[in-house]
Amino acid sequence: MLPQQIVNAVSLGAVYALFALGFTLIFGVLNVVSLAHGAVFTIGAYAALKAVIVLQLSLPMGAAVAMIVTAAAGWLLDKLIFAPLRARQAPHLAPMIATIGVAIVVTSLIEGYSGPENLRFPADILPANAVTVGAVRITGLELEIVFLAFALMAVLLWGLKKTRFGRALRAVAESPKAAALMGVDVEAFFRVTSMIAAVLGGAAGVLIALYTNAVFPHMGQPMLHKGIAVVILGGMGDIRGALIGGLFLGFAEVLSVAYIGSTMRDAIAFGLLFIVLLLRPQGLFGHAAHRRA
Amino acid sequence: MEWLESFWATYSTLVLSIGTNVLLALSIYLTLATGLLTVANAAFMAIGAYTAGVLTTQAGMPFFVALFFGALTPALVALLMGGPTLRLSGVYLAMATLAFGEVVRIIILNAEGLTGGALGLNGIPQLTHGFDVGLTVALTLYVLLRLARSRFGRAMTAICQDETATELMGLNVRGYKLFAFVLGGALAGLAGGLNAHFTFFISPNEYGFERAVEILAMGVLGGTGSPWGAVIGGVLITLLPELLRGLGHYRPLINGVILVVIILYSPKGMWDIVRRLRADLRLPVVN
Amino acid sequence: MLTLSSISISFGGLQVLQSLNLTVPGRGIFGLIGPNGAGKTTVFNLITGLLVPSAGTIDFLGQRLNGSLPHRITRSGIARTFQNIRIFKEMTLLENVLIALGGRASYGAASVLLPWAGYREAERLDRESARGFLARVGLAEKAEQWAGTLSYGEQRRLEIARALATEPKLLLLDEPAAGMNGIEKQQLVEEVVKLNGEGLAVLIIEHDMSVIMGLCHEIAVLNFGSVIARGTPNEIRANPEVIEAYLGKEEQTHVRSEEMLS
Repeated sequence: MLPQQIVNAVSLGAVYALFALGFTLIFGVLNVVSLAHGAVFTIGAYAALKAVIVLQLSLPMGAAVAMIVTAAAGWLLDKLIFAPLRARQAPHLAPMIATIGVAIVVTSLIEGYSGPENLRFPADILPANAVTVGAVRITGLELEIVFLAFALMAVLLWGLKKTRFGRALRAVAESPKAAALMGVDVEAFFRVTSMIAAVLGGAAGVLIALYTNAVFPHMGQPMLHKGIAVVILGGMGDIRGALIGGLFLGFAEVLSVAYIGSTMRDAIAFGLLFIVLLLRPQGLFGHAAHRRA
Repeated sequence: MEWLESFWATYSTLVLSIGTNVLLALSIYLTLATGLLTVANAAFMAIGAYTAGVLTTQAGMPFFVALFFGALTPALVALLMGGPTLRLSGVYLAMATLAFGEVVRIIILNAEGLTGGALGLNGIPQLTHGFDVGLTVALTLYVLLRLARSRFGRAMTAICQDETATELMGLNVRGYKLFAFVLGGALAGLAGGLNAHFTFFISPNEYGFERAVEILAMGVLGGTGSPWGAVIGGVLITLLPELLRGLGHYRPLINGVILVVIILYSPKGMWDIVRRLRADLRLPVVN
Repeated sequence: MLTLSSISISFGGLQVLQSLNLTVPGRGIFGLIGPNGAGKTTVFNLITGLLVPSAGTIDFLGQRLNGSLPHRITRSGIARTFQNIRIFKEMTLLENVLIALGGRASYGAASVLLPWAGYREAERLDRESARGFLARVGLAEKAEQWAGTLSYGEQRRLEIARALATEPKLLLLDEPAAGMNGIEKQQLVEEVVKLNGEGLAVLIIEHDMSVIMGLCHEIAVLNFGSVIARGTPNEIRANPEVIEAYLGKEEQTHVRSEEMLS
């Protein structure tokens, strides 16, 4: 594989991993498959774009605005949808169906408000510099993407492992009832997790928007499908799995575009998804786990 | 009969839409009532629409033959993928069928020679009339209502509530699930074939996520208590955007809102509300 | 009647059953006891096909059972109740039993649609049959009530009626006395004795020693995944290894030994 393609694969894979991480976090902690994650992704992209164009902010500030907006979206999602369903002890599929509704509502609102066209970042705001190492040309953009994606993931992983907050979160993920008995405010943790996951999804949105320089209302759809593929490949609720799965998908896609052609690119994710679901539904790292109370 | 003719001239499209949507709602009712959350029906509809459309435009087959294959093809696909896929539970099944829908869409996009690719299939003869749709709906409703009241309907409800206990009572759960899935696929395909022959133009985008959500919304709105719920769901989802004064553009938005609202406030759907109204209107039984 | 040979199974690294051997005779009531976590419910899950053993075989009336689908196993004559009652609360009692009758496929899908094909008659016969099973457990008058309205003891009886509707030759009862008061337990014991008298073999898991000792003709004791003792109630009571198994656990000291000796 050409070194250039490795660079492409890593950049793409890093963003896929970032997105999948948010998705898997919601499943691991709240035990919900949030099909609204794609919508959150889209919100992030639009928020950054509007911040840059309308508010005339710099790119880093625009990204920061995007993360604040998506955190708010994550908060709303838990408060309005997940929490009421938890209180009712609704069956597993209920929140998932509700998030399907949310995704469509968000997409329609964005389309209604901003139009269905493909929007672009202003040319002068994108970093134009590039670094050449041997035969490989790495653009400043790719460097920033990889840096930001890995930085966010590193912060998250460090947080989960080393901080008290992280430990409490893992306890909640394992057994909410036990955690509650140990004095953890489980509801607050659910809400915060929803926010963190949304920020990760929104950040992925900003990065993909920059990478492809295309922002349009339905951009969350294909991303959601890929996120599902990654998470199932790596194991639902498994963080390592999301990381490795994301990178794997990045490589698989870049390879297939190089050797098969770009039309089937999106189908690669689904092909993998089917194979995994049929052969090993718990993914590479997951356990066919039942949640204990 | 003049008013009937002018009514038909204005509203035929709407009535035909209601008809095909009711069929779609019934197709998802079958799977939802068995406890399966599958969003593959839009894809099955696409397979049916394209099969029937290609058969009439390119192979010159008669309408009913094309419709027959329009129902049979998705049923066969459902049979093939149902075996391994239906073993998956809850969320995994939903995600697998979501992915399946995308795969179908991509295949249609790429099989340009046959399907016209992104440009769609044009010039499908407008062979569907109210009578065809009406008859199909009536027949389907008859079949499903009778099945629902028989041991098949009971088995489906039981599987929905507790699969393991049902299996341990000697019922072939896998078989019932496959039956619901395949029949649902056939119905969706039939609806697709009928629909294609009055819109005369179809494209892959019509059968994507928004269509899948619409079908799901019909099923959830109607509720799984009875096939009549699907009828209510299909009728309401078709009419609502029209009634709200030309909010037809916002159809997806309305469907999404309906999904969220129903799940949050009345998860058993409209049929449950209707049933409880009927119970309230009867004299209370002293227990 | 039922033979488990060298059955082993492990979950996530934990060996739950280790080369287990168990034979259940064709008559009488056979008890399976043991401390919590000994693997008793796992044995039931293996017999009914919900789990597949990693080694060993299960034979029932000459037929190989392990590896078969659960519904086939039920149809070959084994019925089961659950520790936490799994009746369909949102259906009537009659409907609950009718589901169990559905396993016998008294009519096909085609006959439902064709008005002349005898579907009505078959339904009627099934309903009569269902009422019969409800009557056997004394719940006939409540046939049209919703199952969720029953008392705990009645729900147990409904579960048994459902199990009976599958016309089993062997009935597996998983802790049927759990959560019952003294009177309900008495009624349960009478029920089971009556059913056994009618020719149904019974395999019962129970923690309540008074029920087990009063009911069973033979008892097997499970601990750490294998059978440590087997015999009549009196033999089991006096068996030092069995006493050790129960006394060995902190929580089960005084009360258990009292029960054992009573």
